[in-house]
Formats: sequence, C-alpha cells, structure tokens
Amino acid sequence: MRWAVITFPGSNCDQDCVDQLERVLGQEVTSVWHRDTVLPEVDCVVLPGGFSYGDYLRAGSIARFSPIMKAVTEFANRGGFVLGICNGFQILLEAGLLPGAMQRNRDLSFICETIHLTVENRKTPLTRDVPEDQKTLSIPIAHMEGNYTADPETLQALESNGQVLFRYADIEGSVHDDHNPNGSLNNIAGICNAERNVFGMMPHPERASESILGGVDGAWLFKSLVNTVEEGR
Amino acid sequence: MKAKVVVMPKKDVLDPQGKAVSGALHALGHNGVADVRIGKLIVLDLGDSISREHAESQVRQMCEALLANTVIEEYSFELEG
Repeated sequence: MRWAVITFPGSNCDQDCVDQLERVLGQEVTSVWHRDTVLPEVDCVVLPGGFSYGDYLRAGSIARFSPIMKAVTEFANRGGFVLGICNGFQILLEAGLLPGAMQRNRDLSFICETIHLTVENRKTPLTRDVPEDQKTLSIPIAHMEGNYTADPETLQALESNGQVLFRYADIEGSVHDDHNPNGSLNNIAGICNAERNVFGMMPHPERASESILGGVDGAWLFKSLVNTVEEGR
Repeated sequence: MKAKVVVMPKKDVLDPQGKAVSGALHALGHNGVADVRIGKLIVLDLGDSISREHAESQVRQMCEALLANTVIEEYSFELEG
C-alpha cells in the first residue's frame, strides 16, 4: 500500500509515521512538503502530529490553508483515505473535513501519557482488524488542545451514524469521566466522516506500533487500512 | 482604515481559560466576579485606500475563513478611520 505523510512547518511526528510505516509495517511511503500542490499516487494520506505554525491563532487553523491541503481535500472527496493524528486531527477539523472543533484541555495543561481507548466501531477501514478479544487499545496522547466539542445536533449525528471510533476509558473499557483526560464530549478520542474514509484521532498510533516503543496496539489501525486497500485490489 | 476584530467563545461553549481565571480571581477575594470569558482581539491595518463597504465585506470573509472558528467562536468587529 502507498502512503503519503505531509510535513507542515512545525510537524514533529511526520518522521515517526514514516519510520513506523516503512520499517515496521513494510509500506511504501512518500514524504510530501506542505508547499507541494500535487499528491503522489497513494492510497492514504497521513496528516501527522506536531505544532503546525506554532499552533498560532488556533491549532491547525493556518495549516489548513497550506497549498497541499487543496489536493488533500480533493483526494478525500474522491474517497481516498486520510488519517489525521493529533495536530493532523485538528487540521482536519479546521478544514471542515471532519465535524466539530478542539478546545484547550479542560485543566489547561499539556497531557503526555499512555491512555486506554475503547474501539466503538470495529467495522471501519481503520478499526476492522482490531482483535475481537481486545477490550481496549493502549496508545499515548500528547496534546494541549484535545478537548473535542461539537454542537448537540452534530454530536447526535456522530453517535447515531457510528462515526465515533474511540473513547477514552479505563483499562477494562469502562467509559467514565474519571478517565477523560481532556474534557472531550462523550470521552471522544477519534471520529470518522459519514463516508468512512477520513479519520481523526488524538492518540498517536505511530508511537505504539512496535514493542520497543512500549506497545503495538497502534499497529492494528495501520494494518486495518492496509488490509482494506489490499483486499480492494 | 483599521479593523478591530473581537473573537469570543460562544456562550454555550465551555471556556476552560475563563473558568481558571475566574477561580484565581475568587482566590484573590474578588468574589463579585460571576463569570469570566476570554477571547482574542485582532487588529488589522487595511491601509488608507479601502472603502468602508469593501472593508466590511473583506473583514467578514477573513473572520469566516480564518480568524474565528464559528463552530465554537463568535466574532464582531469595528472599523476605525
């Protein structure tokens, strides 16, 4: 499967994504600079984590106008897979490719820790190969603006359409406010669009894809996308 | 002409910064503070040749596209000069 990883000024997880996809998962990866206007022929575009444009104004608000984002939007509208991780998720929200918005974490602190996630919908291209017996995924978060919010109608639509992919939970998969690190509505940690080809998540699967990094749960997500694409050929 | 754009969190959106500052003010004894909301003031210099009408439509476009995220924020602006 062919991947493109976009680097914005201030991205700092782009090379982690490239490394995990290439070296650990054996994928074909092209790095793309934000000033480029054309995407290579790929199956999935990754918008990585970091602090694009220093998070000035709002996280992701300036990166969404980077030249490459026009091509990314067209790619998404044609049904191509787009995965936004952390700052990449924030950029997708600002670009309107996913609904809702991010606010500052409710306790106003930067949070960097490994958390547990329930997989709410295991039928999407990003989650289909998470093993059934796995109650939760253990994946790190590292963010200041991860407090997901949306108006009540949008939230209702996300919930009823199965667009909520992940929620913050305890290790057993019980979802409650004590295990909500940032104040996100309904403990939401990741969502997809109605068409299920654009995905956004605050946790970093590229930091949990090989055991030397402390966990491999993130790899299930990349593998799900790979299997979806390979089977489609 | 200058434009002063004020961007504020919407009324029904939780403002974690405002809440924290409100708590700090109460700790200082300012118990009369019922609520604090924190937003942004953005000052734009639009040059001297722009008409008021054009400035108004331009600033509105800027707010909608970039300066405010209308999912969680509302904006207002004044033109000066």
